[in-house]
Amino acid sequence: MIMYDWLQTIILFAILIILTKPMGIFMMNVYRGECTFLSPILCPLESLIYRICGVDRQEAMGWKRYAWSMVLFNLVLFAALFVMLMVQHLLPFNPQKVPSFTWQLALNTAISFMTNTNWQTYSGEQAASYFTQTAGLAVHNFLSAATGMAVVVALIRGFVSRKTASIGNFWVDMTRSTLYILLPFSIIGAILLVPQGVIQNYSDYKTVPLLQSTSYDRPKVDHKGIPLKDTAGKPVTEHVPIQEVTIPMGPVASQEAIKELGTNGGGFFNANSSHPFENPTPLSNFLEILLILLIPASLTHTFGLMVGNTRQGWGVLTAMLLLLVLSLGSLQWAEKSGNPLVSRLAVSGSNMEGKEVRFGLAGSSLFTVATTGTSCGAVNTMHDSLTPLGGLVPLSLILTGEVVFGGVGSGLYTMLAFAIIAVFISGLMIGRIPEYLGKKIEVTEMWMSILVILTAGITVLIFSGIALVTPSAVASMSNPGTHGLTQVLYAFASMANNNGSAFAGLNANINFYNLLGSLAMLLGRYVPAIAVLAMAGSLAEKKYIPPSLGTLPTDRAPFVIWLVLVILIIGALTFFPALALGPGVEHLMMIG
Amino acid sequence: MSKQSQQPQSIFNAALLKGALRDSLKKLDPRTLWRNPVMFCVEIASGITLVTFVMSLTGANREPAWFTGTVSVWLWLTVTFSTFAEALAEGRGKARAASLRKSRTYVTAKRLDKAEFGQNYTTVGASQLRKGDLILVEANDMIAGDGDVVAGAALINESAVTGESAPVIRESGGDRSAVTGGTTVIANSIIVRITANPGETFLDRMISLIEGAKRRKTPNEVALEVLLIALTLVFLLVCANISPLSIYSVKQAGHGTPVSLTILVALFVCLAPTTIAALLPAIGIAGMDRLFQKNVIALSGRAIEAAGDVNVLLLDKTGTITHGNRQAVTFVAVGGHSERDVAEAALMASIADETPEGRSVVVLAKEQHGLVRETPQDAEVMEFSADTRLSGINLAGNQYRKGASDSIIAFVRKRGCTTVPGDLTEVVDRIARGGATPLVVCKGSEILGVINLKDIVKAGIQERFLQLRSMGIKTVMITGDNPLTAAAIAAEAQVDDFLAQAKPEEKLRLIREYQEQGYMVAMTGDGTNDAPALAQADVAVAMNTGTQPAREAANIIDLDSNPTKLLDIVEVGKQILMTRGNLTTFSISNDIAKYFAIIPAALLSIYPQLGVLNVMRLASPFSAILSAVIFNAIIIPMLVPLALKGTRFRPMPAEKLLIHNLLIYGVGGIIAPFVGIKIIDMVIGMVV
Repeated sequence: MIMYDWLQTIILFAILIILTKPMGIFMMNVYRGECTFLSPILCPLESLIYRICGVDRQEAMGWKRYAWSMVLFNLVLFAALFVMLMVQHLLPFNPQKVPSFTWQLALNTAISFMTNTNWQTYSGEQAASYFTQTAGLAVHNFLSAATGMAVVVALIRGFVSRKTASIGNFWVDMTRSTLYILLPFSIIGAILLVPQGVIQNYSDYKTVPLLQSTSYDRPKVDHKGIPLKDTAGKPVTEHVPIQEVTIPMGPVASQEAIKELGTNGGGFFNANSSHPFENPTPLSNFLEILLILLIPASLTHTFGLMVGNTRQGWGVLTAMLLLLVLSLGSLQWAEKSGNPLVSRLAVSGSNMEGKEVRFGLAGSSLFTVATTGTSCGAVNTMHDSLTPLGGLVPLSLILTGEVVFGGVGSGLYTMLAFAIIAVFISGLMIGRIPEYLGKKIEVTEMWMSILVILTAGITVLIFSGIALVTPSAVASMSNPGTHGLTQVLYAFASMANNNGSAFAGLNANINFYNLLGSLAMLLGRYVPAIAVLAMAGSLAEKKYIPPSLGTLPTDRAPFVIWLVLVILIIGALTFFPALALGPGVEHLMMIG
Repeated sequence: MSKQSQQPQSIFNAALLKGALRDSLKKLDPRTLWRNPVMFCVEIASGITLVTFVMSLTGANREPAWFTGTVSVWLWLTVTFSTFAEALAEGRGKARAASLRKSRTYVTAKRLDKAEFGQNYTTVGASQLRKGDLILVEANDMIAGDGDVVAGAALINESAVTGESAPVIRESGGDRSAVTGGTTVIANSIIVRITANPGETFLDRMISLIEGAKRRKTPNEVALEVLLIALTLVFLLVCANISPLSIYSVKQAGHGTPVSLTILVALFVCLAPTTIAALLPAIGIAGMDRLFQKNVIALSGRAIEAAGDVNVLLLDKTGTITHGNRQAVTFVAVGGHSERDVAEAALMASIADETPEGRSVVVLAKEQHGLVRETPQDAEVMEFSADTRLSGINLAGNQYRKGASDSIIAFVRKRGCTTVPGDLTEVVDRIARGGATPLVVCKGSEILGVINLKDIVKAGIQERFLQLRSMGIKTVMITGDNPLTAAAIAAEAQVDDFLAQAKPEEKLRLIREYQEQGYMVAMTGDGTNDAPALAQADVAVAMNTGTQPAREAANIIDLDSNPTKLLDIVEVGKQILMTRGNLTTFSISNDIAKYFAIIPAALLSIYPQLGVLNVMRLASPFSAILSAVIFNAIIIPMLVPLALKGTRFRPMPAEKLLIHNLLIYGVGGIIAPFVGIKIIDMVIGMVV
């Protein structure tokens, strides 16, 4: 078993690192507009898209125009999805006749998918029609991922350009990201997932008799959905017998591939990637983790290639890997140590609550770290059921800004913002006005980098504070106490950092979380993205300074380690009290 | 590295401290303190604790009054320490400025209508002089304002400005025409055209620079401040967030008290990067002051920072790389004459030659051949002239001459010599190829030999260039010499590159080329023809002896007119940046220990389990919080000497330097507060 765990982990990273290089080269060619092996098929299609949309592919955009195009495009996408969710009952492909979303839920969901968060306060199989899933949510999965990639490519161009105002063309970057990268690779992903048992159909839901009928006690709720309590304050329950079960169907495989590849994470089903139709086997689990990490990891190589020094890309990747190994190790250790309260009941072994036995500890830990280190947010494990310190790992990965390996595009640009802060401090320490990749780091770069790395953290601090003193928000916790605190912290961390995974156990489908969460997702996505573009614009206008012996090399071990430390220190200093009062105290209570 | 020419004043001298203390209290005024946003926040925080203290006294606050009172006192001290550091850094400058200002009072000028001597003048106050006015300055007059000498030449005492007592010559035309207001003419009269209005003169600018009155934050300082403000904001929110966290936790745990305002404010001040924010203004001011100690005036802080960033140094050969003058190093005989004969003739030809080259021949003749001669009374001295390009003396019918090979050959031919020694050409060529200057010596019509005049490369300059190279700085030698000579000296001095037969436009082109490639270029210059290049260079150091245009084009002025100062300026520039970076790292690393001190103390009543975080085993929650606050305050005055002197600079490659500084200020910054807070806690334990 241990051998199997190790093998799975090692093989995964070996394949990932082997793929990084060809994938990185491929993406560089895509963004440089050069020929790729897909060009013969896709070039005519690309031209056709530009002709239909009236895009002038030669237009070189300044950062303001680029940012404005991005915002406008996202706004249109948002409006389309919002309307679609509001009139879902009028639209076709709705065999289950699911009703429309409430406006609060539609708002939250539309923002969630537009911002690549995919926070879901609805349950996919119950609330979304096939039409919504395919024409709405899936489209956003592609385009929100492409937006992140476009932004990071613009930033890389900022580093590469010398004394120009242009950082590329938003429409071309969007089209190429979707057409050449996301679309073909998610098709490959879906084709690989189907043989594993991931379903792909538009059938009605199936009702099948249970082999063994069962029953359960259901808490009674009043007409407002609030649990009823008897005079003693205990919840009132009713006895429900079950003889048959409804099995939801749907076009899952196509959704699943882009959900992982685009680090979206919005599950087709409520159970997300722990559902057997989304993620049936250990191999499909392995493939899904690989899909989550593929683009974010490879983008580092694209970055290295585009700035003309592949070691820079490998340096960034190494920093990410260090954080990943640290997180994975901690999570495995915490889960393996199990829960002493359970051990005392003579149940030995790892903490398996909330995990799928078919994935085991390794498959679950890997997925958890991958999904929270990136901004994916798909889950194959219930993070709520992790041990306190185990739960601290995904929470910390999200809180440090998701830079292991990060969301498609957003991970790399956040990492580069961290690198700029690290360069700034270390540059001063060696007595030079700091420079990164030959560009001087000055006031604009500092402001923008700080906006990139701190917006989400500041949002989490403010919003979680508000939630903890708001009665309705506190009432939504399934387990109050320290664990409830963690649930709220996790919810806002997940939304503000556009992760989308949930520390299940918090009923977030109330106005408070839907509305405040929408704001958190918007702030966490667009403030950094626009700041990155502003920084790209500022960098592009600067001249290039050739490196000398006095320049701090940013592609070698000392800087990489310093970068990792900066990320850890900024994260730790910002969330020390909250983490101490949440998972910290919970752990201390658990071990007694 | 060169030693400072002047012994710097001790940082802590009584008068300075007293003045700084007074100023530090004045600087607490929020209307001036807001320029330092982090410390401004600390001041507000201190104000809040003052309120909670009063509330404790009246019983409106449940905390003991001694606790809120002590916290308040130390928070106020934190702010005061920061203003004190700034005041102390400004103190030395102020003292110097005051003495400069004294030299400016009651100056009258003799205004002329035309630039001619012997006219009538009108006496006016210095403050009435305007640009373009002509003034007459006679012996013992103080020059009333900056200007250019348009007629005459005079010996001037510039000690008021430079601190150097040896007088200098200023004359019309050429590169030594600039005079500075506040200096005194010792001998002769000159007519000066005023080039600056009152209040804009060099002295005025110097005073305001030294006083720091017009000090503007440099771009790098602003960028660092952005980081500090952001961190402060984050910590403000962290502390604000603790309030709902603790309110919620108290409700859930069913016991304990939410964290009080005093503790939240104390935590905020401890976490905010107060150490670096408090010392940031002092670092910049002290850096300028350190340069000033070396008699260098930076016209902006930006220029010094840029100096730290320079990666190409354009250095004038003469005076920087070599001693100003060529010196005789050997005598070489030709045509079968003995070396002693050559030495004797060379000595005679040079005996009346007062140029440094001439004197070096006399010295060499004495050293190598024990020859000593007085200038004979009856000698006829032939000074160097552009016509003959020879010099020497006529003595007792003998004509001793030295000069360039072709001039001497022409000279002896005229006197009937038909055969030039066959080995002369070879010797002359050999010396020239070695980068030296061959001076041929003759007695009458006979060529005796050659003096090898060599540029002597300054001792130790090679090591200095090696250090520069290891820091990634490229050195380029600029010289008017021919390429052959230049190459030889460049090789000896081990500069990276050289520009021979340099004309002003070529210097300008070279600077532009380097800048195009992204280099930061520093150069020194003194002549008017250097002005365009100085204006183009990123760091331009003008010699104080230089012309007015050169001084105006430059952003740094060296009062000693010593070109090697450029290296010191680079060093100070780097020191300023390093001190900032190191203290930032130190300040942030400190926070880890402060969390471990304050968080368990603040939350112990809610969750006793958090006692495990009290790794320092601090005695009680109150003393834990106080210890952190006190540590946070006293670390500021403890680091003042470091801020004022700057981090020691060691030339080494960037990566090694980073690791070195990270170990000291990063790792040290993590450990120091654990130790410091524990010690303070024990002291409190003994007192209470």
